[in-house]
Amino acid sequence: MAELSLNNIVKRYGSLEIIHGANLDVKDGEFVVFVGPSGCGKSTLLRMIAGLEDITGGELKIGGRTVNDVEPADRGIAMVFQSYALYPHLTVEQNLSFGLRMNGNPKTDTDRRVKQASEILQITELMQRRPKQLSGGQRQRVAIGRAIVREPQIFLFDEPLSNLDAELRVQMRVEISRLHKKLRTTMIYVTHDQTEAMTLADKIVVLRSGNIEQIGAPLDLYDNPANQFVAGFVGSPKMNFLPAEIVEKQTGSITVALQNLREVRLSLPINATQVKTGQAVTLGVRPEHFLEAGRGDVDMTVDVDVAEHLGNTSYIYANIAGGEQIVIEREESRNTGNRDTLTVALSAAKTFLFDGAGNRLR
Amino acid sequence: MKSKSKSNLMRSVALHALLTPLAIIWLFPLWMMFIFSTMPDYGIFSPDIIMTPSTSFLDNVRNLQADTNFFGAMTISIVVAVIYTFLSVLLTSMAGWALARYRFLGQSVVIGIILGTITLPYSVVVIPQFIMVARNFHLANTWTALIVPPLFNSLGVLFMRQAFSMMPGELFDAARVEGVKEWQIFLRIALPLARPTMAALAIILFLASWNNYLWPLLVNSRPGMMTAPVALGTLIGLTKVSWGGIMAGAVMLTAPILIVFVLLQRHFIAGIAAGAIK
Repeated sequence: MAELSLNNIVKRYGSLEIIHGANLDVKDGEFVVFVGPSGCGKSTLLRMIAGLEDITGGELKIGGRTVNDVEPADRGIAMVFQSYALYPHLTVEQNLSFGLRMNGNPKTDTDRRVKQASEILQITELMQRRPKQLSGGQRQRVAIGRAIVREPQIFLFDEPLSNLDAELRVQMRVEISRLHKKLRTTMIYVTHDQTEAMTLADKIVVLRSGNIEQIGAPLDLYDNPANQFVAGFVGSPKMNFLPAEIVEKQTGSITVALQNLREVRLSLPINATQVKTGQAVTLGVRPEHFLEAGRGDVDMTVDVDVAEHLGNTSYIYANIAGGEQIVIEREESRNTGNRDTLTVALSAAKTFLFDGAGNRLR
Repeated sequence: MKSKSKSNLMRSVALHALLTPLAIIWLFPLWMMFIFSTMPDYGIFSPDIIMTPSTSFLDNVRNLQADTNFFGAMTISIVVAVIYTFLSVLLTSMAGWALARYRFLGQSVVIGIILGTITLPYSVVVIPQFIMVARNFHLANTWTALIVPPLFNSLGVLFMRQAFSMMPGELFDAARVEGVKEWQIFLRIALPLARPTMAALAIILFLASWNNYLWPLLVNSRPGMMTAPVALGTLIGLTKVSWGGIMAGAVMLTAPILIVFVLLQRHFIAGIAAGAIK
């Protein structure tokens, strides 16, 4: 059990900077998820914590101790890899005990740890099999087991579920969550899947191009994204972004009009000094935040393109007059698919506003 | 279904029609070597073409042993080939591992030089190598001269490097995180996984040593330190050539290799192919 802190961590390959000064504090026992699109630096950051990549600048502390130059094995961490990285020529039991045996750990202690891990993960009957005789889910369990036997202070997971099929992924996600509850160990988890991030994390770290864009609890990121990138990344289906223009400024509020549907005007309460009339902005609306016509602040009619009915909910893919496609989520709308147009309402309270650079204005 | 099995049959017939003559062309000299090894010298030069074995094999072997101490030379060949194969596989694996898995200054230059040595014909290397070994180090007619100079095999290094490069890096990262030492990673993970490639390389290297004629002829020409092919070569004199003895020796040199290859051919081909596929 340990806390972790990153102080201004930088990673450079030659003159190319990959991580631009990351700052993060992880509390003891916390489940932190690094999320971001591929190439954002999340795996590099994790590998730097593991000690598999050198740290170019800044300070990394685990349990209060600076570990920049400490060998991976002496950092008190264990890591689960995307490819599972099981030793193909060893049985499950040998895979679990390999690291301990190589380090001269007493046999009785090794056996105890292996037994305990195999019971936690319910793989006791697989112990004599080799990795190629296991299914994807079983392999993942063994990989997690190999991390557990190290009795680490921090678990590191590098996209551990991305090789599994959808159903198994959900199942393993629940198991990892359960494991965290049981062990209460600090866990750092890297994924590009925002659903995994939302469901597993105590705290999410959103990364883009080597920068931390926002750190917060899952629902904080959903309710209060720091910028357009985070707003678009958190939530599924993703937030709709509608080009708009500021047409009027009042004290303490502004009015914006959609660029391709000028009659749709929405008054938003923001400090008007930071913007000017005629400025191009982006209106952000989550699919689930479109309301029934007449129930919001302004109605908007769109052309229905495709409707997907999932039973409990429907996703309607529609076009605004100018061409942008938007997604609307409706709870009960079994007959929307037959319509050519649909009128929905926007509510100022459920709408975000971003400037041209993607910074959040509201 | 029917037409499919018919076309398979046709393909099989065509393939056999093509390959059988090739196999005969390749096997005929081997067969004749065997026939001659069973005939007395005067029989070999008889004008009749004889295709069936005769009965003088043991006499030929006896003559061969009397002329050259052939079994002594065979023993030297076996010892040299075994030690050479073991050491060379070990060395080339270590070099291949370092080149595949570590980043160091001048790495591409080192790889370039190793690649470059493959393109050099052996005849360019052999004279300077001989001068170095025989004159500078005074190692002529020693085991060291037979085994050490050919040890570093650049083709073997590249072969092993390829095998190690294709192993997923996460495997070794996982071991590093577990605190496994670098030499343990090499010995306990990398080498066992490279076993098919090492087996194929071992066969190639063993054969190379077993068949090597020029180098042992140059450095170990003293009777009692000759390898089997060199010993066999001494039978070709100016006045008398004992063809029966030479052929009996050739059979004894070829047969074990042939048998091993027939038994292991599947592993051998799998090992070579392992470098090519995925």
